[in-house]
Amino acid sequence: MENLFAITGKGYVIVAADTTSARSIVKMKVDEDKIKVLSPHLLMAYSGEPGDTIQFSEYVERNIRLFQIRNTYPLGPSAAASWIRRSLAESLRSRKPYAVNLLLGGYDTNKHEPHLFWVDYLGTMTEVPFAAHGYGSYFVLSLLDRYHNPEASLEEGLATLKRCIAEVTKRVVVSPGQYKVKVVDKDGAREIEI
Amino acid sequence: MSIMEYNGGSVIAMVGKDCVAIASDLRLGNQALGISSNFQKIFPVTDRIYVGLPGLATDVTTLRERFRYRVNMYTIKEEREIEPETFAHLVSSTLYEHRFGPYFIEPVMAGLSKTPSGGLKPFIAATDLIGCLNFAKDFVVAGTASSKLYGVAEGLWEPGLEPEDLFETISQTILNAVDRDAYSGWGCIVHVITKDKVVSRTLKGRMD
Repeated sequence: MENLFAITGKGYVIVAADTTSARSIVKMKVDEDKIKVLSPHLLMAYSGEPGDTIQFSEYVERNIRLFQIRNTYPLGPSAAASWIRRSLAESLRSRKPYAVNLLLGGYDTNKHEPHLFWVDYLGTMTEVPFAAHGYGSYFVLSLLDRYHNPEASLEEGLATLKRCIAEVTKRVVVSPGQYKVKVVDKDGAREIEI
Repeated sequence: MSIMEYNGGSVIAMVGKDCVAIASDLRLGNQALGISSNFQKIFPVTDRIYVGLPGLATDVTTLRERFRYRVNMYTIKEEREIEPETFAHLVSSTLYEHRFGPYFIEPVMAGLSKTPSGGLKPFIAATDLIGCLNFAKDFVVAGTASSKLYGVAEGLWEPGLEPEDLFETISQTILNAVDRDAYSGWGCIVHVITKDKVVSRTLKGRMD
């Protein structure tokens, strides 16, 4: 089953997603990247119906890029999140809705603060200090209630993330083995090895 | 599994003496799993009107954006602010437009309307998800804790409450009702609207 986690800290957002691509009981792929870099300071992790995730994430990626080309500056995290949410909400009441869940992590370069948005396939959106999607969320959210610190440094944040991954690996019946981790802060988005 | 109870959340509005109050909880959940403890369901429409939108969270955001758009268009066309009665009918018709594929929201409105003599009169109203208006003289409730809110409000509310007393009444009502509902809670917010100001206070509640 697919898991997405994200944590905010002092001036950064860490976004993590497992790398398995499964169909029924079969693992089809173990190195899938489910985190897209939408703009220099914006990350989007996605999970859900296999075809929809690719279609929708690429649609979002190209539209965010189009905005940047037209206006010379990129959309801020909350503006981008609002646009993406609306796309999902409009899709929900269409003939074939996208079944895609998202975590949007961004760094506001004007106000110098990190933002994290939890978005589901219905178009529900809320800003949160930490978030998760999938079966892992039942374990990780309570773990983060105890250990999340909004003032934590990147090293401390990554240590907390490792605890989350360890917990899920230990307790969830069908848990994925590997995770891809990306960070966004004042220097932009980048991948981190854990 | 009802779609109206998928995300949880409740709203209540009460009438006082030359004032109104509207309050909601702050929980956003996925059934029993709590996602956020700071999900706003009450939004300002004008300086003197607030609307609460309990129900399916995606429609909370969608309707909020829709109402903002329609109220802005009204303000531009009419060159004046919308009155609470008019806004209530705007809400009602917006919902009824989607009669056979509704937004899963039961809006609650609170505001002060202008009287012909130049004074202000408290106004509260609520609708169901297809826009059937309910004007009440005392209080209106909606959301997953609505049945509990009715019980507590029935016991605590009395006519002619001053703003401070109204704040106490609505706060105790929502805090106690919400503690008996698993899908509502995680803190509350209260807005008391009087003729010259709006006082908004966030309340601490049980986090279980």
